[in-house]
Amino acid sequence: MASVVEQTPPRGSLIYDPRVRGLFFQAVLVLVIGFLAYEAVTNAAENLRRANIASGFGFMEQPAGFDINQAFITYSSATSTYGEAFVVGLLNTLIVAVIGIVLATIIGFAMGIARLSKNWLLAKVASAYVEIVRNLPLLLQLLFWYNAVLATLPSARDSISMGAGFYLNVRGLVMPAPVYNWDAFAIPLAAAIGLVASLVIRRWAKRRQAATGAQFPVNWTTFGLVVGLPALAWIVLALFGANPIAFDIPEQGRFNLTGGMQLYPEFVALVLGLAIYTGAFIAEVVRAGILAVSRGQTEAASSLGLKPGQTMRFVVIPQAMRVIIPPLTSQYLNLTKNSSLAVAIGYPDLVQVFMGTVLNQTGQAVEVVVITMLVYLTISLTTSFFMNIYNRRIALVER
Amino acid sequence: MKKALTTIAFGFAATVAFTGVASAQETLAQVLERDELICGSNPGLAGFGVPDAEGNWTGFDVDYCRAVAAAIFGDPNKVSFIPLSAKDRFTALQAGEIDVLFRNSTSTMSRDTSLGLDFPGINYYDGQGFLVSTDLGVTSALELDGASVCVQQGTTTELNLADFFRRNDMAYEPVAFATSAEAVESYLNGRCDAFTTDASGLASERLRAPTPADHIILPEIISKEPLGPVVRHGDNQWADIVRWVHYAMLEAEEYGITSENAAQMRDTSEAPAIRRLLGAEGNFGEMVGLGNDWAFNAISMVGNYGEVFDRNIGEGSPVGLSRGLNALYTEGGLQYGHPIR
Amino acid sequence: MTRPDPADAKRFVRTEDVAAMAPPRSVSGPLVWIKENLFSGPVNTAFTIVVAWFLFWVLPPIFDYMIGDAVWQGTDGSACREDVTGREVGACWAFVWDRINYFIYGSYPADLRWRPNLFFLALAIGIVWMLWLDAPRRGLGAIYFFIVVPLLSYWLLAGFPAIGLQNVPTGLWGGILVTIVVSAVGIVVSLPFGVLLALGRRSRMPIVRLVCVIIIEFTRGVPLITVLFMANTMLPLFLAEGMTVDRLVRPLIGVAFFASAYMAEVIRGGLQAIPKGQYEGAMSLGLSYPKMMYFIILPQALRIVIPGIVNTFIGLFKDTTLVSIVGIFDLIRTIESARVDPNWAAPSVNYSGYAFAAIFYFLCCWGMSWYSQSVERRLAASEKR
Repeated sequence: MASVVEQTPPRGSLIYDPRVRGLFFQAVLVLVIGFLAYEAVTNAAENLRRANIASGFGFMEQPAGFDINQAFITYSSATSTYGEAFVVGLLNTLIVAVIGIVLATIIGFAMGIARLSKNWLLAKVASAYVEIVRNLPLLLQLLFWYNAVLATLPSARDSISMGAGFYLNVRGLVMPAPVYNWDAFAIPLAAAIGLVASLVIRRWAKRRQAATGAQFPVNWTTFGLVVGLPALAWIVLALFGANPIAFDIPEQGRFNLTGGMQLYPEFVALVLGLAIYTGAFIAEVVRAGILAVSRGQTEAASSLGLKPGQTMRFVVIPQAMRVIIPPLTSQYLNLTKNSSLAVAIGYPDLVQVFMGTVLNQTGQAVEVVVITMLVYLTISLTTSFFMNIYNRRIALVER
Repeated sequence: MKKALTTIAFGFAATVAFTGVASAQETLAQVLERDELICGSNPGLAGFGVPDAEGNWTGFDVDYCRAVAAAIFGDPNKVSFIPLSAKDRFTALQAGEIDVLFRNSTSTMSRDTSLGLDFPGINYYDGQGFLVSTDLGVTSALELDGASVCVQQGTTTELNLADFFRRNDMAYEPVAFATSAEAVESYLNGRCDAFTTDASGLASERLRAPTPADHIILPEIISKEPLGPVVRHGDNQWADIVRWVHYAMLEAEEYGITSENAAQMRDTSEAPAIRRLLGAEGNFGEMVGLGNDWAFNAISMVGNYGEVFDRNIGEGSPVGLSRGLNALYTEGGLQYGHPIR
Repeated sequence: MTRPDPADAKRFVRTEDVAAMAPPRSVSGPLVWIKENLFSGPVNTAFTIVVAWFLFWVLPPIFDYMIGDAVWQGTDGSACREDVTGREVGACWAFVWDRINYFIYGSYPADLRWRPNLFFLALAIGIVWMLWLDAPRRGLGAIYFFIVVPLLSYWLLAGFPAIGLQNVPTGLWGGILVTIVVSAVGIVVSLPFGVLLALGRRSRMPIVRLVCVIIIEFTRGVPLITVLFMANTMLPLFLAEGMTVDRLVRPLIGVAFFASAYMAEVIRGGLQAIPKGQYEGAMSLGLSYPKMMYFIILPQALRIVIPGIVNTFIGLFKDTTLVSIVGIFDLIRTIESARVDPNWAAPSVNYSGYAFAAIFYFLCCWGMSWYSQSVERRLAASEKR
């Protein structure tokens, strides 16, 4: 019958060649993006020139002229520059993010586990918390914590004294501030020695346990070294008549308590609001992670005689962590990004100080917006980088 | 499908986004064609510009807009109010989203010269002050050493505040908020000892306190804030209209013409200045491109300067501001209507 | 089988029987339930007591504020002031009721409010059509939702002088209307663009992939508020002289951009979950790439990720509150603006507006999350088959 003829594939038109089409699409894309970028840049240059707005980053050196209440570096309107205002804002953002993440993790894990509790009431309250908090805008929650809760605190003149120089009022929490003198260097030194020593002991104890099975009270030793050594150093210094740390105790001034350290209500409201909001999402992540650990694991742990708490700690949580870590990372990033809502309650974070006041005063929108976005991008990328390393370390290594 | 979707999306975005293309057309012609004036206003400052339950606006600056609308159309209601925050009021004006900005804006050299704006007149002479609670026992801003002060960020107010405390070598704690509303709210909650903004703003924000009498405005005024309408630089005819509506309202007060008696005065008055102002004599309306009854409409439909002041922010109103610097020059104030002739 | 020698030292097996336990007193009934679920042990009992005390501490004040002490009627602030009424005053619902039109429409002219109402209706029909999985003609629904509704809404709200609908500047829009417009634009734009970005990210063309990855990762790496600031301050700079972007459209572009990037990641998850065989089957039928995606892959992928899409939308809906920070009169901003009115100067007025907003947002978000969970259950059930 028909003999099989060797066929060359039909030479179709170039239009139907997927590779050619791919190249064509990409070339078009590059051209479009290039055109848009060119248009944007030339228009921006023209518009800036017409509006008489300076460009470049020279404004970072100019005097700022405005004050910021919470600054972790020396800052004053008289001498500081916009660049220093930027650093103040950045540090304020970072401190909120770090403390917020720690609190949100605690709340999230507690609530996630509570939702699975056998105690009906506890489980229901935990689910109510998650449902309510997740379904309300963060902005409203921050306004609630800042305005409604703050309004219930007493005025600066009738501060609640909490003893030991701690006062609580509508201006925040005021506490004694440590004043260091030169001798004080011995204390951080002692703490550092304690830290290194405890790390060494930890390694040794681990190796010994692996070899002989004998346990060593590592946690207590660490605590003793890290807390006890500095305390000892302090006592020794005090015995020799030096007073390494004095405390500046707050006193009632004309308007407010003066002296001491102050935890501003904007800061407290922001940290609390962020931690409670993100905690609800973390609770869901944790719950999903725990449910993902198969029941057999729990049953096996119980049959080995582990108590429920131990089962949770040694069997369930370590396995759940593998499921938990990736979504947990994105929650941490969300918290950091959401800290920009500080602008709504007057906390001087990066967005409030830099994108708010500095942008308004200099009018240099492009530079300010680009810097701010790059800062957040850097924070995001660094956080994901470290969390990925951690994730790889705990990932299940299969045969 | 991809392409179709993209086309539709871009086409739609383009129709939506670029509808407000500002042309080089003169503002008056645009306003007449639109048959409506678009005014930039304060998002909410009692006495100066506040929306009521139905979104109708009232206030001192609002009445000025209505007067301009009345001068143009003979109808004070042909005006829309676009509430603008301190941050984007000037960009909205530059972009042509509004025809005129009546939003207690301070006339400064940099705004006048480098932002492409013009300040045709000053309808309120003001200065920055401090609002404190009476239980604080403070009677002078110089006693505020160590106080915390709530302030709106991103305005000249924040800088004046820093300057004032630095000049007097006093310590203070600034608490800066994105909007004036939040700053006031926090001040009323007790977060700050003092709230600072223009004195007129203090008087109206004070009304938000449950008992306004518990708060006093300290006598020190730490800056000069000449507040007035703003228009785009370069359209002189439009600036003339805004400027002369303002002067007409001042002239009307000076000659005792009110919204009540304007019609009667036009028909019976013999005084040439009054006849010129109300359009019974001369063709002054045409000079600014309007009808001859431009000033008559503004005055009879809205009122003279004194009426507008008293109705919205005067001593009889809840805001309770005295005329002070804003009295007519005949009463020792700075408001001086230029002659219409 | 013999028992092990009792003399053997290692004995693991008991030789005598255990005494029988007493029968349980009861195994069902409310008391047993309470004992088992609330007081099964000392730790459990402690939890119950602490939680009960917490509820007792928190709930009554909330109830009093929202209902017990609330003021329902009044024409000005004096009805909501403790020094005037002489009693505890909770939420001032009279204020919310007085301003309800402003909260819904902003300054939209009163005689034209049928237009926003019609818009709400058109949108509601579209949403039901899209979300109700068994609705008839869902393909038509998609065209309605993504093409008809946007055009219709634009003409309705902004005006179309040619057919007698007068123009209403966007500066007059406000309140819930703006909140809905912002979220609707976010969802309508972000779905198609999210699909494009997700396809681009999985494309074999390196430049397309790179561009999509940069857009997605950049947008997801920065806070929405900075995107809004960028849209607000930088967008006008990028346009040629004489061109402007409407004040409301600027944040809309920012929101749409932001939502697209998040949507892209959700959709990418769906695309990855489609088995390879589906792609190969489609290609072996000779379908071109667009046809393969449109007829085979996307319908399946989008169905899987409906819960993810709804969750993204919930997030977007909550995030629309941020446009108030860049000066757009959404619900939050109208509340802040309304409470400035000295006629309503009363301490509780400030929080009543926010309480109203909280209830509004909670009901909307909770409804959506309830829907998303029910779809999830349904999808899980169909998986099990």
